[in-house]
Amino acid sequence: MNMIVCVKQVPDPEAPPASFKIDPATNKVVPPPGVPPVISPFDEQAVEAALRIKDAKGGKISILSLGIGLLRDVVKKPLSMGADELILLEDPAFIEGDSWSTAYALAMAIKKIGQFDIIFCGRQASDTDAGQVGSAIAEILGIPQVTVARKVEVLDGKARVEKVTADGYEVVEVNLPALITVSNELGEPRYATIKGIMSAKRKEPIVWKPADIGVEPGKIGATGRRSKMLKLFQPVREGKVEIITGENEEDAAANLARKLVEVKLL
Amino acid sequence: MADNKGIMIIAEALNSSLASISKELLGAARKLAADLGDEVSALVIGSGIAGVAAEAITFGADKVFIVDDPLLKDYRTDAWVATAEKVAKQVNPRIILAGQTTIGRDLASRLAFRLNTAVTMDCIDLTVDATSKQLMLTKPVYGGNARAIFTSDLYPQMATVRAKAMSPIAPDSARKGEVVTVAAGLDAAAIRTNVLQKVIAEVEGIKLEDASVVVSGGRGIGGPEGFKQLEELAKILKGAMGASRPPCDSGWVPETIQVGLTGKIVSPDVYIAVAISGSSQHIAGCGGSKNIIAINRDPEANIFKEARFGVVGDWKKIVPAFTAKVKELLGR
Ligand SMILES: Cc1cc2nc3c(=O)[nH]c(=O)nc-3n(C[C@H](O)[C@H](O)[C@H](O)COP(=O)(O)OP(=O)(O)OC[C@H]3O[C@@H](n4cnc5c(N)ncnc54)[C@H](O)[C@@H]3O)c2cc1C
Repeated sequence: MNMIVCVKQVPDPEAPPASFKIDPATNKVVPPPGVPPVISPFDEQAVEAALRIKDAKGGKISILSLGIGLLRDVVKKPLSMGADELILLEDPAFIEGDSWSTAYALAMAIKKIGQFDIIFCGRQASDTDAGQVGSAIAEILGIPQVTVARKVEVLDGKARVEKVTADGYEVVEVNLPALITVSNELGEPRYATIKGIMSAKRKEPIVWKPADIGVEPGKIGATGRRSKMLKLFQPVREGKVEIITGENEEDAAANLARKLVEVKLL
Repeated sequence: MADNKGIMIIAEALNSSLASISKELLGAARKLAADLGDEVSALVIGSGIAGVAAEAITFGADKVFIVDDPLLKDYRTDAWVATAEKVAKQVNPRIILAGQTTIGRDLASRLAFRLNTAVTMDCIDLTVDATSKQLMLTKPVYGGNARAIFTSDLYPQMATVRAKAMSPIAPDSARKGEVVTVAAGLDAAAIRTNVLQKVIAEVEGIKLEDASVVVSGGRGIGGPEGFKQLEELAKILKGAMGASRPPCDSGWVPETIQVGLTGKIVSPDVYIAVAISGSSQHIAGCGGSKNIIAINRDPEANIFKEARFGVVGDWKKIVPAFTAKVKELLGR
């Protein structure tokens, strides 16, 4: 099995909401000081999905990441978990794209990698929360897709995917090669092993520039965008909570019940 | 673009009736139609779903396109995208809206790229720009910490819409509309996925999305036993139980009761959040609740910024006392 996993470096989505800031002049997020970026959590689960298949069937896992200022400690994490190689599309021309121009560059890099049975992506990046790059890569490459997977196995040359639905899941069989997006229901990604960390340290990422993957310059990054972001802002919260107290916790609880009945909420 | 006309929603049928998200999409489409002086159509894809057409008209469609074919029985990306592409090219709508649902997420993203246009996912507000007449699409980003407004010069203009973000119109059974049947004309060999099995987690009682009271527990509940107490409280309040993501990830409760960005979107009258810190991703699923009640031992927890009433303390003491008092006051 040759597998490719697309991962994105994002601001830590679990940083406290109070630390979240936007610079209105640039329409950009100001990273909270001292909180390092991470790999988007669903992408880590996508790495885990690939590793489980590698454990069962053997194979090679290539990690592909697009961006600039990619911290090596961050983007190397999949290597320390057990992935085989790391390819970075690291160039200012690649960034500030939308789902389409990003997917186009990733798809061109995947064509250059050449051999693949499964491409994995997270179900959505935790910054844009769009969940389109996977579908766009599949469309550009002309391969089938299954989105929001909770389990992926390979049987008789096909993938068997448990796809999360609103009221449970369905088991979907898909021809390979295919693109599969992964959700947190898959389970926790494994920890890096000491051996993995040592071997990741020694591996240097392969860096590709636009010319290396034969992209049309007008189709990548900001120039390739099909949608424009006019504004990024923080919703205003009224935030006026009435804290109900009492002599002790039990008493406060009883007072809360009284209050909710009094204002006819219950 | 001059040729693109009308607003098309991609409807979903649920047990042979129109899904609530589709009614909401029709409501949103009617508003846009009023602004643009345009018509609203609904595309219904599936097998044995023709009955949904009348309901779509009642809820605001002027025209319904029905594609009814045994090959469309299950949602399969290749088949549904090809079908939607065919109808979209025939109808040439100005706007296409789908729900941010299991189907809509998968279908709309791939369809947009097939149609050489762009789509903005999970929108909570849609307006028409007065001069350009383009859609201004507002969607939460950064897990709900921020919102972004997107536009595109490409047609059809596409968006998926979050559940409960839009209101349906009052159903009117006297409304007239046209029903157009379109042949799917699919090649079975070109459909590269197969649905082998559907596993449905049965829930007793009121559905989480429909409940007017929701009692949700978070990581601080500590295990499955604590959720028994929350379930009892939910029952007494004639509501449903929900959870933040960690209890679902840990297997304390079924995955299907996760509330949040990637779980259920709920907007009950009363949402009781117990031992939930109030992450932006969780608030994405419950922020539309009319009243949030927070029980948390950390007075600085973000959930108190979202709540109308709160109690600071240990849920293990608060929940039993609250439950007992509610029982007494309501005589249940
Ligand atoms: C891309 C992405 C998507 C996500 N989607 C979702 C989603 O859809 N839904 C979701 O919920 N989360 C989601 N998350 C996870 C989210 O970021 C938070 O990690 C999660 O919501 C935290 O859950 P929690 O509040 O239960 O746990 P915590 O943040 O750990 O909070 C536990 C709270 O319990 C309180 N507590 C502990 N013990 C007690 C006690 N004895 N009595 C009273 N209070 C107590 C603590 O003070 C604390 O406030 C997502 C994350 C990412 C990155």
